[in-house]
Amino acid sequence: MAHIPDGVLSMPVLVGGGIVAAIGTAIALRRLDERTIPRAAIMAAGFFAVSLVAVPVGPSSVHLLMAGLMGLVIGVVAIPAVLVGLLLQAVLFGFGGLTTLGVNTANIALPGVLLAALFAPVIARAPANRAGLLGGLCGALSVAATGGGVALALALSDSTYVPSAKIILATYVPLMIGEGIITGFAIAFLKRVKPELLDIGWRHRAAEG
Amino acid sequence: MSGAAPDRCDVEEDARSPIARLDPRTRLLATIGFVGSVLALDSLALRIAALAVAGGLILLARLPLVGLRHRLFHVEGFLLLLLAFLPFTTPGAPLFAIGPFAASEAGLLHAVTLAVTINACTLAVFGLLGGLQPVQLGHAAARLGAPPKLVHLFLFLVRYVGLFRSEAERLLDAMRARGFVPRSTRHGWRSLGNLAGMLLVRSLERAERVDEAMRCRGFSGRLPLLPGSRFGQADLAFGAAALVLLAATLVADRLA
Repeated sequence: MAHIPDGVLSMPVLVGGGIVAAIGTAIALRRLDERTIPRAAIMAAGFFAVSLVAVPVGPSSVHLLMAGLMGLVIGVVAIPAVLVGLLLQAVLFGFGGLTTLGVNTANIALPGVLLAALFAPVIARAPANRAGLLGGLCGALSVAATGGGVALALALSDSTYVPSAKIILATYVPLMIGEGIITGFAIAFLKRVKPELLDIGWRHRAAEG
Repeated sequence: MSGAAPDRCDVEEDARSPIARLDPRTRLLATIGFVGSVLALDSLALRIAALAVAGGLILLARLPLVGLRHRLFHVEGFLLLLLAFLPFTTPGAPLFAIGPFAASEAGLLHAVTLAVTINACTLAVFGLLGGLQPVQLGHAAARLGAPPKLVHLFLFLVRYVGLFRSEAERLLDAMRARGFVPRSTRHGWRSLGNLAGMLLVRSLERAERVDEAMRCRGFSGRLPLLPGSRFGQADLAFGAAALVLLAATLVADRLA
C-alpha cells in the first residue's frame, strides 16, 4: 500500500524523506542501549507478524500497517523498526525500493509515533473500553496521515501525478477502517490483559514528567 | 500451514552462481550504485539499456524465476493507476483520445520511462541481492559501517518475524478449529484484535526470555560478525567493471 518503488519520486522528495527518517532513527537509536535492543527488536518482529494477517473489511481484506499500535507500544523505536522492516521487504520480496526507504519509513512510521505521543498519556489513564476507542482513533488517523504522506510525496515529485495522488488517497479509506477497528480491539485487549505493555515505549516520559 | 516457511537465518546461499561468489558488500554497493545511476539518467534509451543489463544480472545470478514472477506481478495498485493516468494528465500534443480524454505524447513517454525505470531497479535488486540470505545482508551492512544497533534490529527481525508468523498461523488454526471464520462483523474484528494483542503479549514474553538468556551469556551489546566474506579478485574485477560501466553511462547521458 505505502511501498513506493524506486524511480517514481523526484530527488528533493527522496532526500527530504531520507533526512526525516535518518533523524528519527538517530533519536530512537540513542534511546536504545544494549539492554533494551533485543526486546525492542523482538517486539518489532511481533508487529510485522501481525501485519501479515489479512483483516476482512467489507467484501475485501487488507493487511494492516500497524503504525499506530507500534507507536503506542514501542514509541519512537517504531521508526528504525519500520526502516529495517522495509529493507527486509525490499530485498526479500521486492516491495518498495532502496532509494525510497527514507520516504516510505517517514510515511509509515512518523504518523504513528507522533500521534501515539499525543494519545499514549491519555490511553495510559483511561479504562479499557475508552482506551480501545482512543487507540482505534490513533490507528485510523495514522493510516490517514500515511495516505496523505504518500499522496504528498507523489504530488511534490511531479505535478502530473496530482490526479492519481487524489485517487490513491481515497484507496486508504478501507485500510483506515480496518486498522482503526483492529488497533482499538487490540488496545482494549492489552489494557485488560497486560497493561504494562502499553507504556514500554513511553515509560521514560512518565519518569521525566 | 506453519512450518513450511523457509528458515531465513541461513548464513550461506545454496546457488553457486558467479554472483553468489562475490562478497555481499560488493553486491550491496553495486546495487546501490546501479539504482542511483539509473535514476540519474535523462535518456530513455540508456534506461532501456540499464533494464537489459539488469535482466542479464538475473541470468548471471541463476535464481529460481518463480521469485521473479512474484516480484514483477506484484505491481501495486497505485502504480498501475499512476501509469494509466500519466498520458492523460500530462499536457502536450494529443496522440489519441478515449472519449473526452486526450493522451499526450509527453505523458505516454513519461509512463514508459517510469515503467522501464521501476523494472530496471526491481530486476537489479533481485539479481544482485535476491540470492543473499538476509543475515548475510545484515552482516555486509555492518561491515560497511551501518550503525550496529540498526544492524541488531535487522538481524532480530529476520530471526523472529518468521517465528511469530508461524505463531499467528497456529493461533488462527486454533480459532478456525473452533469454527471461527474471519468476517466483517463485530465478533470477527474483535477476535482478530484479540489475536493481534495476544501475539504482542507473546512477543513481549519471548523478548524477555531471550533478553535474560542473552544477559546470562554475557551479551555486551556487540554481535560477532560472520567470518568468511572476503573481498577477493572476483570482487575487484566485478567492482571495477561496474564502476567503469556506470561512469561511462553517466558521461554518455550528459553528452547526449
